[in-house]
Amino acid sequence: MTLVVSFLVVLMLVGAVAASIFRDLISAIIAAALVSLIASILFYFLQAPDVAMAEAAIGAALTAAIFIIAIRRTERFEE
Amino acid sequence: MSFLNSYIYYIGAFGLILVGLYIILVKHNLIKVIVGLGILDTGVNLFLISVGYITKGTAPIFSRPGINSEHMVDPVPQALVLTAIVIGVAVLALALSLAIRLYQHYGTLNLRKIREQKW
Amino acid sequence: MRRTVTILLLIIVALGISLSLAKIPFGTPKTTVGRHYIDEGIEETGATNIVTSVVVNYRGFDTLGEVTVLFIAAIGLGAVLTTSVKGETRKIQPASLVLYTGCRLLFPLILVFGSYIFIHGHLTPGGGFQGGAIIASGFLLIYLGCRERRISRIASNLAESLGGLIFVVIGLLGLVFGGYFLLNFLPKGTANALFSAGVIPIIYIAIGFKVGSELASIIDNLIEES
Repeated sequence: MTLVVSFLVVLMLVGAVAASIFRDLISAIIAAALVSLIASILFYFLQAPDVAMAEAAIGAALTAAIFIIAIRRTERFEE
Repeated sequence: MSFLNSYIYYIGAFGLILVGLYIILVKHNLIKVIVGLGILDTGVNLFLISVGYITKGTAPIFSRPGINSEHMVDPVPQALVLTAIVIGVAVLALALSLAIRLYQHYGTLNLRKIREQKW
Repeated sequence: MRRTVTILLLIIVALGISLSLAKIPFGTPKTTVGRHYIDEGIEETGATNIVTSVVVNYRGFDTLGEVTVLFIAAIGLGAVLTTSVKGETRKIQPASLVLYTGCRLLFPLILVFGSYIFIHGHLTPGGGFQGGAIIASGFLLIYLGCRERRISRIASNLAESLGGLIFVVIGLLGLVFGGYFLLNFLPKGTANALFSAGVIPIIYIAIGFKVGSELASIIDNLIEES
């Protein structure tokens, strides 16, 4: 059990570092959505089903959608 | 091993807060700063829920009438984090609308170039 | 230069936080008010989902403040993004028939699922915010799949305003009937039934309508192609 949780936490931190490194902004947004998705799974392991449902619906789906719509009206690549 | 068992959630939330702070302080592109703000938000929410956890506890819902309520986790941090998640998405939407206006006015989203153009 | 100063600052912050986190043990009960909400929750409110009774009944005023913050953010976004100068208009490709029919088929199912989640908010995990976000995802599917349809502004403004108005009116009725704002004045009923827990289902239905139409209007303001 602890092995599964440790693997998920390491994957979440790798995704957060990747969101800071990528120059293509669409890839950075998808890494941030991966961080939100793994946080939702960790909320379920911490016995909080309401918060897991809210984080999956709002953090993983709607945040990525409004970021991509905003990038469509501005530039796609950093600098 | 028992140290890892007890503190792995704290390390995860804490690492997210540090990465979010690094992105906000160092990066030049405005949209990447807003992505860093979102990651910081997720880290703080994860930390609040992991403080309220009790070992071998269950979720605080009485789905059948006679459930043993001895080992339920704390319901108060979950209620506060539910509010915080929705406010986080509202702040991100408002920040993105300001970024779009800034792009329409200055023609670029690089924070260094905007600072040079102002002076 | 900036990068090294930032990394030094983050190392100092990390040391400070980890020294204070070592004093918070993981997995021990820390407050006693949570214990009181779990033990007395069903008799005092009638809802079997303790998190719902904390959000709507015990800390209902904080939920009113949060609904206000969401409202201000939606108004601010609409005010910032209206321009009198039209940008370049892009040619929208019409969607293929499979995509169009699939989105039209899925949209009522998503609406029914979201309504189920916020109607049963006091019995199962769920509630107004989660159901509202699912309904907004259904509207996002319509924007992405059937590309010429838009939400009618009148219907979404009406749903949003009625949701907020019902929440405040129920609070004021609690002031009239009982003595303080947001008192639970309807009868509590039996536990685990659908019509139980007083005003909690009514408030959650109002919040579900409000949050769903607000997030859908935020997406509508951001897309805004002519």
